Amino acid sequence: MTHTTRRDALALGAGALAAAALPARRGQAAIPVANVQPPRQPVEQGASLRVLRPTKFVDPDEVIFRENTRRFTETTGVQVRVDFAGWEDVRPQTAVAANTGAGPDVVVGWRDDPHLYAEKTLDLSEVANYLGQKYGGWMPLAERYGRKQGTATWIAIPVGASRGPCVYRGSWVKEAGYDTIPKEHDRFLDLCRKLKAKNHPPGFALGNAVGDANSFCNWALWSHGGFTVDEEGKPGINSPQTVEALKYAKELYGTFIQGTVSWGDISNNRAYTAGDISLTSNGVSLYFSLKNDPATAAIAADTEHALMPLGRATSPPEAPLLLNAMVFRHTRYPNAAKEYLRFMMEAEQYDRWLTGCLGYWAHPLRAYGESAVWTSDPKIAVYRDTCESRFWDGYKGPISAASGAVTADYVVVQMFAAVATGQATPEEAAREAERRIRRYYRR
Amino acid sequence: MSVTTATPGWARPRTRPGWLARLFDSKPFLIVACLFPAVGLLLVFLTYPLGLGVWLAFTDTQIGRSGVWVGLENFQDLFEDRVFWSAVFYSVFYTAAATALKFGLGLWLALLLNHHVPFKSIIRAIILLPWIVPTVLSAIAFWWIYDAQFSIISYVLVDVLGWRDTYIDFLGTPWAARWSLIVANVWRGIPFVAISLLAGLQTISPSLYEAALLDGASPWQRFRHVTAPLLMPILAVVLTFSVLFTFTDFQLVYAITRGGPVNSTHLMATLAFQRGIPGGHLGEGAAIAVSMIPFLIFATLFSYFALARRKWQQGESND
Repeated sequence: MTHTTRRDALALGAGALAAAALPARRGQAAIPVANVQPPRQPVEQGASLRVLRPTKFVDPDEVIFRENTRRFTETTGVQVRVDFAGWEDVRPQTAVAANTGAGPDVVVGWRDDPHLYAEKTLDLSEVANYLGQKYGGWMPLAERYGRKQGTATWIAIPVGASRGPCVYRGSWVKEAGYDTIPKEHDRFLDLCRKLKAKNHPPGFALGNAVGDANSFCNWALWSHGGFTVDEEGKPGINSPQTVEALKYAKELYGTFIQGTVSWGDISNNRAYTAGDISLTSNGVSLYFSLKNDPATAAIAADTEHALMPLGRATSPPEAPLLLNAMVFRHTRYPNAAKEYLRFMMEAEQYDRWLTGCLGYWAHPLRAYGESAVWTSDPKIAVYRDTCESRFWDGYKGPISAASGAVTADYVVVQMFAAVATGQATPEEAAREAERRIRRYYRR
Repeated sequence: MSVTTATPGWARPRTRPGWLARLFDSKPFLIVACLFPAVGLLLVFLTYPLGLGVWLAFTDTQIGRSGVWVGLENFQDLFEDRVFWSAVFYSVFYTAAATALKFGLGLWLALLLNHHVPFKSIIRAIILLPWIVPTVLSAIAFWWIYDAQFSIISYVLVDVLGWRDTYIDFLGTPWAARWSLIVANVWRGIPFVAISLLAGLQTISPSLYEAALLDGASPWQRFRHVTAPLLMPILAVVLTFSVLFTFTDFQLVYAITRGGPVNSTHLMATLAFQRGIPGGHLGEGAAIAVSMIPFLIFATLFSYFALARRKWQQGESND
């Protein structure tokens, strides 16, 4: 889910790297660790590894990742080649590696991928349990995506997650009579109406925007108690809760700036940067791109982050994007691969990377909540708990190719957009979504 | 060609040509050898992908999982799929509307350019520009032009001229989005039509116009009875190409709307991609792509018969 654009991210450039370098060193001591023996996995003689991961979010993401990899080589003598692939290319490349049994040994892929190839990846339970014990435990989102469904077996090591909470202009929300984003649906709607009345409308993408639109629509659905499929993968979208969510979203849509049904992933960033909208949801990149440009620094100073209203949900109704690392069975050096992942997740390496990434990728292990990055700028604190999310893409169903396809085919987004624009009644839209979901889950 | 060995004291022996020479003298071999590269390229890069695409349409292949033969299941699913039928409708509508506009405006432009105008070559070169610019670049330009918040057109109408109070929501409602895409496609396609037709116009002998003038023909009669029939052959070819290009268009739609709002601007090509690659269902995507074939065959046949009709117009018999 790209809440942010890489172009924004790249604009940060070297400045961010320099800024990140200092707190990185100070932060290390702060991570509380338990005294646990690492698993015994003797690295094979003459081992070498190939690693594939998505391209950088910000420069330090790649620079520090490579540095940490080099340290691994220095410590163990294992040569590691890291390839950075475009975000859209990681998934097909993972599929090819899984099917042909060749290519990278370790793939730091997207959240669902290890589950699609669970038969072809190594059991990483030892490493995961060790890391969990040492660093205060895995957070809920990491457990959901790290473990094979319904078992205690770890098939992946979650590396970092990115969420899209509410990003808003503090002064305009105050003008509308609210100190922060309310937790209830009706008060949130009231806030949006008042913002619109003051000519500072909110704006959420309802177009074919993989990241932003799915995250807004999932919030609307889940915060009303709706879901796409039940625990067994049977369609459950055609429910009174969904209809209620659709009616609410239609009301909310009435307060939006016009044109959000044609918005892509970058549109809300642009509209917010131009001061056209007062409130949207996005990753932390929007804030940093505002802060680092002198022309928009004033907007950054007025920008606040808060969770989207919980509504009826008990935890934030959102499914963050997660980097999820897996080791393929076809690797010739399984111990070296596991050691590599363990090494990269240890505080000496991981905290530097986490801090360098400025909060773009939030930690999956609880102890890293103490990292200096989360106090380096009080405004990004809300991103710290990204992995506390108890929802996932395709909630409440199994993580499968179908859940990914429903997201990629905008089934839920289009259900909301059709109702918001008056092209369908809530009941019709829910039935149509059910039909499409059934087709994806049937296979 | 013959192979000779230099043996001293001998006057030119009549040796049998070597096997290589005989091989190259054989006509069947030459035919095979000369055709092989072309046929090989066609087989590897055209027939194989096409055949694979057709085969995939009858399987439930997904990305990362090879499929099994499911017969017509994909097509049955599509038959009940509202989104698919809306894509079929829009593909036909998009092609018809865009082609009609492109030909109307393109012919008009060609007729204007066929007159003597100053800086003729420069003007022609400028007219070709929309065709030369990579599609994705012009698509991104149009994406900005149609943006809900940052459209230059809205800016001029609202903030400069004050003719409107609100920005135009080009891509926010189905019909506005459909027409916006057609306008973008027409803008891009006119140069191809205009330049091709201009080439056709210039092959018409001026003496025909002189004869028509002497007979007292009006400009409309000259166009109707001299220009139009003589332009017909090239018109038919250009029309076929234009219809094929428009029907299979992908980049403009994908870059500007991605099929939105709510699937109202999906073409069959973009829907096939959406279902096949991001959606992961290669089989279904292939089935959508295969469904385009009948339309394309129809367009090709149309051109064939249009060409045949031309012979009849000139008083020749059909062959």
